[in-house]
Amino acid sequence: MKLLKIDSLHKTFKKHKVSAVDGASFSIFKGEVLGLVGESGCGKTTLAKLILRLIDADKGSIFYKDKDLLKISHSDMRKTRKSLQIIFQDPYASLDPRMRIGEVIEEVYDIHKNVTGREKKNKAIELLETVGLGEVYLQRLSSELSGGERQRVGIARALATDPEFIICDEPVSSLDISIQAQILNLLIDLQKRKNLTYLFISHDLGVIGSICDRVMVMQSGKFVESGSCETIFRNPKHEYTKTLLKSALLS
Amino acid sequence: MNKLTIFGICIVGFFIIIAIFAPIFAPYNPGQIDIENILTAPTSSHIFGTDSLGRDLFSRMVYGTRISLMVGFIAVGIASLIGIALGAIAGYYGNWVDGIIMRFIDIMLCFPTFFLILAVIALLEPSIINIMMIIGATSWMGMARLMRAEILSLKERDFIYAERAIGASDFRIITRHLIPNAMAPVLVSITLGIAGAILVESSLSFLGIGVQPPTPSWGNILSEGKAVMGAGWWMMLFPGMAIFITVLGYNLLGEGIRERLLKS
Repeated sequence: MKLLKIDSLHKTFKKHKVSAVDGASFSIFKGEVLGLVGESGCGKTTLAKLILRLIDADKGSIFYKDKDLLKISHSDMRKTRKSLQIIFQDPYASLDPRMRIGEVIEEVYDIHKNVTGREKKNKAIELLETVGLGEVYLQRLSSELSGGERQRVGIARALATDPEFIICDEPVSSLDISIQAQILNLLIDLQKRKNLTYLFISHDLGVIGSICDRVMVMQSGKFVESGSCETIFRNPKHEYTKTLLKSALLS
Repeated sequence: MNKLTIFGICIVGFFIIIAIFAPIFAPYNPGQIDIENILTAPTSSHIFGTDSLGRDLFSRMVYGTRISLMVGFIAVGIASLIGIALGAIAGYYGNWVDGIIMRFIDIMLCFPTFFLILAVIALLEPSIINIMMIIGATSWMGMARLMRAEILSLKERDFIYAERAIGASDFRIITRHLIPNAMAPVLVSITLGIAGAILVESSLSFLGIGVQPPTPSWGNILSEGKAVMGAGWWMMLFPGMAIFITVLGYNLLGEGIRERLLKS
C-alpha cells in the first residue's frame, strides 16, 4: 500500500537562485524503510522539510493516502501532522534550550488536547522509557544532556503524536561513533515494533545498507538512481552512485 | 560580575525601594505648605531644605521618585509591548508583513521624537497617563528592530521546525518559543529605555508640560528651582543629582547585561 506519493516536487531558493529540489517523484510504501543518500548540500534536508510542509514547495504534489498535502487547509494540515513526524540531524539545535525535557514532550499533548493533566505526565514518562531514558529526565534542561540523550528526546517527541511515518534526517551523523549504533538500533527496534514507515536520510552508505529496503540516490536536487539496496550496491548504473560506493569502500 | 554593574544594581535598587516605601521615608506631607519657612537651606529638620512654598524638599523628592520611576517603567512597558509584538510579527511572517512594519518604523524614526511629544502633549493635556502613553508610543522602534533581527535567525533553527512538525500554531511558536529565546538583547534595550524615559519625563516636566504641580516629580521640582536659583541652590542640586544618578544606574545595569550576553 502506498503511504506517500510524491510527484515532481520543485523548490528553488530565490535568494541563492539554487534549485534545491528539482522534480522529485517517488512513492513510499507502508512499513518500509526507504533510504535517501547523497552528498551534503544536495537537497536531502530540503526534500524532508518539503514533504512535511515545513517549508513551502514551488510546485508538485504530495499525496498522503488520498490527501494532497499541498492543497489542504492550514487546520487540516495541522491535524495531519500528527501522522507525519521528523527526527532532526543536530540534536543540539532541535530542542528549545529553555525548556525542560518533560515540557518538550508534554507540549505535544497540549497542542492536540487529546490527553489530560495527570495522564500527560505518565505518557511522557512512558515515552521516555520507550527511548531508553527514564522519569529522572523530566525535570532536566536540554543543555544538561549529551548528544545521544538529546537525540533520544527528539525521537520521543516524534513518537508522542503516534505517527505512521517518520523522516529520519541523518539522525546519527552528528553523534559519537559509539552512540551511533545505539540510536540506530533504537530506531530499527521502534520501526519493527510499531510498524512505522521511515524515510531514512544519510550520507553513510553503510548505515543505509544495513537498515533500508530500498534506496534513492540524490545529486544536486535530482534523483539519479533508485532501487533495492542490493541492486544499487551490487550493480550501480549511474556514475555518481559508483563514486559514492567507491568512497564508502575507502573509508 | 563587573563592579560597575553591581554599582548600577545598587543605585537602581535603592531608588526602587525609596519609591515603594515613600510614605515611610518622607518625614512630612509633600504637599504641606509652611509660609513661615520658605526657602530655608538644609537643616537638621529639613535635610534637603524647603521650597518657595515652604514644603519639605526631601519629602517632595521621595514622592517624586515614585512618579519619575513609575513614568519610566510604564512608558517602557508600553514601548516593549509594541516593540516586541511588532518585531516578532515582522520577523516571523516576513514578506509584505515585514515590509509594512519596517517602513512604518522608518517613518516613526523620521520624526524628531521630542518635538512630536511636545506637539501631542500640547494637543492633549499634560497628565501623567498621557505622558506615559506618548513616551511609550514613540520609543518602541529600537526594540522592534532588535526583536525582528533575533527572530529572523531563530526561526530557521530546527527546534522551531520541530514545533511546526508537531502541529503548534503560529501563536504558540511566537509566544512560547521565539520571544522567550529572543528576549536577552531586548532586555538591554529595555533597561537603557527606562533611563531614556526618565530623562524625557524630567525634560517635559522641566518645561512645564510634563507632570503638573502640585504632584512632585524630579523634573518639575527642578523647574520650580530654576525660578529661585540664586536664593535656593538646593532646589536644583538635589533633583538634578537624583536624575543624574538614576540614569547612570540604569545605563550601568544595561551595559552590564550587554556584557554578560556577549560573553555567553
